[in-house]
Amino acid sequence: MGEVLLTSQLKGERLELAASGSWTAAHAGELETLVDGAASQAAAAKNVSIDMGGVREFDTFGAWLLERLTRAWSSSGAKAEIVGMPPHDRNLLAEMHGVNREPAPAAAPGNRIVGALAAVGTGAAELGKNLLAFAEMLGAVGAATVRVLARPQDYRFTSTVNQLDRVAWRAVPIILLITFLIGGIISQQGIFHFRKFGAELYSVDLVGILVLREIGVLIVAIMVAGRSGSSYTAELGSMKMREEIDALRTMGFDPVEVLILPRILVLIIALPVLTFLGCMAALYGGGLVAWLYGGISPDIYLSRLTEAISLTHFKVGMIKAPFMGLIIGVVACAEGLRVKGSAESLGLRTTASVVQSIFLVIVLDGLFAIFFASIGM
Amino acid sequence: MAKGPVIKVRDLVVGFGDQIVLDHLSLDVRAAEILGVVGASGAGKSVLLRTIIGLLPRREGSIEVLGVDLAKASESERRALERRWGILFQQGALFSSLTVRENVQFPMRENLELSQRLMDEMALAKLEMVGLVPEDLNKFPAELSGGMTKRVALARALALDPEIVFLDEPTSGLDPISAGDFDELIRTLQQTLGLTVFMVTHDLESLYTACDRVAALADGKVVAEGPLEVMLECEHPWVKTYFKGKRGGLLADRQLSA
Repeated sequence: MGEVLLTSQLKGERLELAASGSWTAAHAGELETLVDGAASQAAAAKNVSIDMGGVREFDTFGAWLLERLTRAWSSSGAKAEIVGMPPHDRNLLAEMHGVNREPAPAAAPGNRIVGALAAVGTGAAELGKNLLAFAEMLGAVGAATVRVLARPQDYRFTSTVNQLDRVAWRAVPIILLITFLIGGIISQQGIFHFRKFGAELYSVDLVGILVLREIGVLIVAIMVAGRSGSSYTAELGSMKMREEIDALRTMGFDPVEVLILPRILVLIIALPVLTFLGCMAALYGGGLVAWLYGGISPDIYLSRLTEAISLTHFKVGMIKAPFMGLIIGVVACAEGLRVKGSAESLGLRTTASVVQSIFLVIVLDGLFAIFFASIGM
Repeated sequence: MAKGPVIKVRDLVVGFGDQIVLDHLSLDVRAAEILGVVGASGAGKSVLLRTIIGLLPRREGSIEVLGVDLAKASESERRALERRWGILFQQGALFSSLTVRENVQFPMRENLELSQRLMDEMALAKLEMVGLVPEDLNKFPAELSGGMTKRVALARALALDPEIVFLDEPTSGLDPISAGDFDELIRTLQQTLGLTVFMVTHDLESLYTACDRVAALADGKVVAEGPLEVMLECEHPWVKTYFKGKRGGLLADRQLSA
């Protein structure tokens, strides 16, 4: 600021401009206003000359604004000349002379109603695409399973064991901790509310049935979807971005067989195991809280528990687990393969993977509840 | 233009763990020249570039860019300096969630206060200067070919009219014709804009067509420095093999007989 960049003087039909200071990127904002002012002034004049002798610094921003000015003059019919310009700057101006001749294509048409409708449409189409991708992946995994069963010696056991270590073994501490806490919380709430009508002991029934039938498997499935499902999607997605999946395919390997089948199989094995461990931890946590908070001794807790729960409750929970593993795996891998070139798409797909698998896990749980109720389990 | 070296590196030591990559390296880059830095893979060319622009820490030595000592510069001085250089990364490093136009406008939007119209015009001007057409403006980086990615990345590096441009293997991954075009583009832009160019390269052809001076890196030091004639005379084994070997020799003969 404070520096005079452009002065003008009208002499009859002749407009004389003198430029000075820095015609550079840093001053481009001010300069643009001055240049636009000068362009409109020139409408009255027949002849325009601009003296660039006083300019100390000149870059492409300055050169373009000068070019814009001369274009405005020549379109309004004024004769323009540029004087006092060093040859070096003339080269730059000549470079600018050729650019911006064609109008740039518009970024996007901006009709709001159309935009909103389009968003609804693409959203619906996206839903269909998600379903299709899920079905396609399920089918591909099924086909790959059949192929592998035909020649089991080709199955990738090393990769399976490695995945099992990552997905099941390393998940054990966090799953135990979370389910332990959840069991404790359910027990505490049960005791607190049942105490009002002297039925503290029923909190043991509450913990036992809820944990074994629903909470245990749901918590574990949600944890695994967030922990392993997201990592599957991110892994496969970045492999897709770096053309690793294409490389596998050209070497005659089926990516579904090599990468996806072991991962999904691992989830199907891991979920029941983790669910079992989770249920035990939750029952333990519930018992501990019942003892410390509710004064129900471990002996009473255990005997009450054996009365309250049956093997059926346990089976209901465990039967659901492998199916949830399958859903999480299929969704995660399908989303992973839908990643396109950009980092944004990787993030988008990973989010979609977690959201979809948690949603589907809960829907599946509901369907199982209807199923078990109708067969009387 | 400032007199004296634009980039002054003295006794630079850079290492990772036990491994010393640059061992008391000194190098000058003069104003308005194109300096090509060559060296075997793993000789530390990219490490040198990344250290100069401040992405890697150094152990010893000093680096002065445009008269500013990077070790002593305050946060605001550094930021001001960063606006005076542009960097073309090896893989382009375009922001994948932004279009070509937004990529080029990004430095302008963040550093300058310009009207949208001027930014649009400048983005198009820069893109046309590097040889792209207006139709490419709204494409996303994932839709571009390798050569186009490099061009857009160069346009982004030039967005603020920097005084120094760092190029990390600008022609790698391009076919010989595109690589030749790119060399010429760099040469032309350097002359019109008066740039200082620091170019890390593997490409012998680039050295012949684009560079004013060459610095050869080996054993963590600059083993030879100067115009091509000096390099061809150099007795250092690696430099000799590089310039007089099968591929280099052919070019050298052609260049000298021409």
